[in-house]
Amino acid sequence: MADRTETERRPGTGENGAFTSRDGAPNGPQPLPKAKMPGYFEGETITRRALFTGGALAAGGIAGAAIALPAIGFALGPVFDKVEEVWQDAGATTDFSADDYTPKVLTLDTSVGEAGKTTVYIRKGNTSLGERADEFIAISTRCAHLGCPVRWVGPAQRFVCPCHGGVYNARGEVEGGPPVRPLDRFETRVQNGTVQIGPRYSVNSKLEKFSARDPGEPLDGVWQYLYPKRFSVPSA
Amino acid sequence: MAIRIPKPPLPGRRKPPPPAERVNGEVTVKDQAAEVGAGLVGWVDERTGVGGFTKGMLFRKVPKGTNWFYTLGSATMFAFLSQAVTGVILAMYYDPDPSRAYDSVQHITNDVFLGNIVRGMHRWGATVMIVLIFLHMGRVFFFGAYKYPRELNWVIGVVLLVMTLMMGLTGYLLPFDQRSFWATIVAVNLNGTAPVLGPYLADFLRAGPEFGATTLTRFYAMHMLLIPGLIAALIAVHLYLVVKLGTTAPPWLKAKLPEPLEKERV
Repeated sequence: MADRTETERRPGTGENGAFTSRDGAPNGPQPLPKAKMPGYFEGETITRRALFTGGALAAGGIAGAAIALPAIGFALGPVFDKVEEVWQDAGATTDFSADDYTPKVLTLDTSVGEAGKTTVYIRKGNTSLGERADEFIAISTRCAHLGCPVRWVGPAQRFVCPCHGGVYNARGEVEGGPPVRPLDRFETRVQNGTVQIGPRYSVNSKLEKFSARDPGEPLDGVWQYLYPKRFSVPSA
Repeated sequence: MAIRIPKPPLPGRRKPPPPAERVNGEVTVKDQAAEVGAGLVGWVDERTGVGGFTKGMLFRKVPKGTNWFYTLGSATMFAFLSQAVTGVILAMYYDPDPSRAYDSVQHITNDVFLGNIVRGMHRWGATVMIVLIFLHMGRVFFFGAYKYPRELNWVIGVVLLVMTLMMGLTGYLLPFDQRSFWATIVAVNLNGTAPVLGPYLADFLRAGPEFGATTLTRFYAMHMLLIPGLIAALIAVHLYLVVKLGTTAPPWLKAKLPEPLEKERV
């Protein structure tokens, strides 16, 4: 109890609160010895106050995280959610020729009505382009620049984008304008004489297959690593 | 051992209220009614201390040369308030469902009483707010008002600018016509072109790899709840710093030095 009465008077001050030296002469402030807290004992490693401060902060942090983490996860969920593979009928194999594209309307997303539909240009494989005669090529109309819908111009044998002037040749390779890679394609298969269209995939300038990338993302060289595969799309 | 406890800091007795003016020594109903307003203000002030704060904020000293350019920040804030008010009213009629969004906007424009006015205020107010922000930013820049100790307020202002642009981006989709749909497709794909994180950012904005129904609700929630809340909070911090640090004099006013120093100036 001796040091308790010691701390009750501010150390370094006299009876009337004026600054004094140890021998009582008023010569300015002295470094104050650190006051000992109530409950202090020799050899303590953490004060009661520090323990409670830390405990309160930890409890508050846990409570905050319990609210924030589910909310953030809820908002980020779709990034990690893989969409289901859907195969849609596009028409009989006899509907399509190897020399020209036939437009077909497919549904990419059933939840947004007309906005979820898209045109896909389909043709048979052309042996003069190095393709197999029994395969089907389905070209996406989504421009590889920023996603506007391109249109097949038959007389010019080109896909043309209305927004920023992207031009593609009959194989979907970039002929001019800002697009950074060829037009995307869709998986195709034939079942009972019907051509079916599956998930989207992207191609680089050598028409090598990659999992679907968004427009504006080049896939040649180092770019394929700077625009990595997303969790939401099937692998190529 | 006696434990000494300091006396609690209890306030003294309240002063009796000043006697109301009396006519012939009587308090009339008129006298009492005249004091109701002052009494109410006093009642609130005594319990909140808001009077001193309000006085300090409204009657603070401003430098000589303060002119109309200094009102651009307030103008921006009132544009935001106008957007908030008209936005709340529009939300009473708007339906963020892909199959009904367009029709609900047509309903607001064509059928609802004053709907075209309120929608027009919100639509043009958005543009006005962007213009005012840039004018305000230009004023701060050319007057050098971003310098020490106001750098943090400049940074907060830039964040507010970016969030206002995000408001424009998310609000553009809501009418859900051809233009807003394709503009959003392009805008999300632009976000996707950021290296490494871009593809995931685009998926986050769309809520999936393709534009879907949740894209619209997501943009709607960001447009009316998330970003406006952040903007309101940051405007409060922005204003606090303005009041705390004061405004700067225009750069064409020289600081007036004390007389002896003024003589030394060549």
